[in-house]
Amino acid sequence: MSQSGVLRPGHVCIRVMDMDEAKTHYTQRLGLLQTDEDDQGRVYLKGWDEQDWFSVVLREADQPGMDFMGFKVRDEATLEDLATKVEAFGCKVERIPAGELNHCGARVRFDSPTGHNFELYAEKDWKGNGLGLENPDSWAEGLLGMQVARYDHCLLYGDDLDGTVKLFREALGFDLTEQIMDGDLMIGAFLTCSNKAHDLAIVRHAEKGKFHHASFLLNSWEEVLRAADLISMHDISLDIGPTRHGITRGRTIYFFDPSGNRNEVFCGDYTWYPDHPTITWTADELGKAIFYHDRQLNENFLGVVT
Amino acid sequence: MSYQVLIEDTGEDYRCPPDRDLLRSMERLGRKGIPAGCRGGGCGVCKVHILSGSVTSKKMSRAHVSVEEEASGYVLACRTCPRSDVRLKVVGKMRKTVCRVVPAGRSAKSNEGKAGSVVESA
Ligand code: FES
Ligand SMILES: [Fe+2]
Repeated sequence: MSQSGVLRPGHVCIRVMDMDEAKTHYTQRLGLLQTDEDDQGRVYLKGWDEQDWFSVVLREADQPGMDFMGFKVRDEATLEDLATKVEAFGCKVERIPAGELNHCGARVRFDSPTGHNFELYAEKDWKGNGLGLENPDSWAEGLLGMQVARYDHCLLYGDDLDGTVKLFREALGFDLTEQIMDGDLMIGAFLTCSNKAHDLAIVRHAEKGKFHHASFLLNSWEEVLRAADLISMHDISLDIGPTRHGITRGRTIYFFDPSGNRNEVFCGDYTWYPDHPTITWTADELGKAIFYHDRQLNENFLGVVT
Repeated sequence: MSYQVLIEDTGEDYRCPPDRDLLRSMERLGRKGIPAGCRGGGCGVCKVHILSGSVTSKKMSRAHVSVEEEASGYVLACRTCPRSDVRLKVVGKMRKTVCRVVPAGRSAKSNEGKAGSVVESA
């Protein structure tokens, strides 16, 4: 149910192969702000309009991909309640003490049928968006690159899609906003814990635990086009776009970070309420579902993951 | 200065300067042969085997090129620049876009072997 337990995707930890290249990409190209770096060398970032201390953690490793995706929950009581529920669902649950990530409270980490690690936490230090809380101005000055406002969602690839969808719907109270069906087999699921068209998307894929993209919010189509210009200006590896998705209606562009992790910047979806019925896309219209203008499937978009 | 790159599979050849990777040079010349994906050493689709010539590679995902493979000349073309003329063979492959899904992988138990995917390997 909307906004009662899980509030939002609060952070994602992305593995990169070269921290300096990654820092340049995420701060100067996307326009995230670096807010910390810890003694393990992990780098903490946030979008300018986010309130909490960080939403992206970069960790240097010998292979790219996603370490975990974390969701902020309403309070400590909710955290305990949901920890019990994911454990009862059959997930392996691990308790991570406050401070293991700088500025973050205790985390409940759990695995999932698609092989991804997720986390829940209730506390994170407040950083603010720099505009203040009393008579604030409307936007921040001095931002770089695409000037993304905030981290929005991830799309993950994994094998037991039905299992992870069940976990998020039944144990964590997410709603299924849209689904892609091939006959009676679900091949894609769009899940929300809020009023957004998706907070998490998952696509069925032969391998477990794959990362398709992390997505960041822009405010307008004009900003999406400006992002496209920046991708050319800095010779960033383009995946596809600017275009629109049929699914979720997002206006979007996809590109890769220097380690090959896919990023999305997008604007616009619709308002979801928990009493809305689920939208279904059929596999024979998958082209239009994914790329509303082209109506063609794109090998790279479907097959390239980290 | 640039070196000649020969893709054994197709007989296609193109020039590549030492400061540009094998994949981007091919793409910039509008040539084909090595599949392109992330262009960042992460996805593995541009994997090639260097048959002759010398190259230098930046960090490549260990999920796609093991230490042993790297020692025997397997590299990701998007992370590799030539140091001489090069002859190579394409190893990585782009997953074929087909909507047909193998109806397996519906539960954790049935996942042994091959599970369904939106895209299947060619
Ligand atoms: S294109 Fe992805 S590893 Fe080279
Ligand atoms: Fe997305």
